Amino acid sequence: MDLLQRFAAGDLQAFEPLFRQHQREVYGWVLRIVRDPAAAEDLAVETFWRLYQKRERLDPNGNCAAWLRRVATNLAIDHLRRMQPTEFLVAEPAAEERGDCVVQQETRAAIRGAVNELSPKLRSVVQLVLIEEQPQASVAEGLGISLSAVKLRIFRATRILRRKLAERGVRP
Amino acid sequence: MTDEKKTDQKKHDEQLAQLGKTLRSAIPPLGEAQPQRDLWPRMLLRMEGAPKISVRWSPLQWIAGVPWFDWALLSAAGVAMLFFPALIPALLYHL
Repeated sequence: MDLLQRFAAGDLQAFEPLFRQHQREVYGWVLRIVRDPAAAEDLAVETFWRLYQKRERLDPNGNCAAWLRRVATNLAIDHLRRMQPTEFLVAEPAAEERGDCVVQQETRAAIRGAVNELSPKLRSVVQLVLIEEQPQASVAEGLGISLSAVKLRIFRATRILRRKLAERGVRP
Repeated sequence: MTDEKKTDQKKHDEQLAQLGKTLRSAIPPLGEAQPQRDLWPRMLLRMEGAPKISVRWSPLQWIAGVPWFDWALLSAAGVAMLFFPALIPALLYHL
């Protein structure tokens, strides 16, 4: 009997090993979306709290990692919705940025600004697929949508991004 | 897939890769990030701090739990019945 089966059957002792088994993965996934370590910790804990609360309705033979990823993604997108667009990515200079000239710094700021202005749903796909280079299939699984829906979101996001970058004088 | 479609797909993939490169130049990927500390103690705090479900029914809690638009709908129905009593049979019929 694996940990999820034990936990779903009511063995609360299985929760801690289950948590330890998946905490890094959930935290890493959420961080890639919210890009804020403190918020990622909160959201990872909240994800496991949902698992704990719904233990009686869990499918003991289901994929725990996929379930956690889907819940974590929804929580992360809700978090992005609550945030002001200006709060996101603004205070996040790239490591190599210190030596940049003003033009390069302005270009980077313009790119961050364009990503900031995307809706949370499109922004999360852009971050996961284009920035973090996660496989589209795993992004689809995490978002709880089909692969073609992920492709459609990428298509829409890239079209908006190109327009916004062009408005800021940046050519991808 | 026809040659034309293959060419379009290749062009699209190249454009996507180029856009990704541009984005990554401003927003560096985080890669396999790990929490700075063990999150289990915070999980325990979350579990201890969770509000306990009250087994005692309270009318105040029940009233507070009704969404505001239900109250608005009830008020509108009340006002309508007050000013247009002829609506009452029609309303009862639909109930």
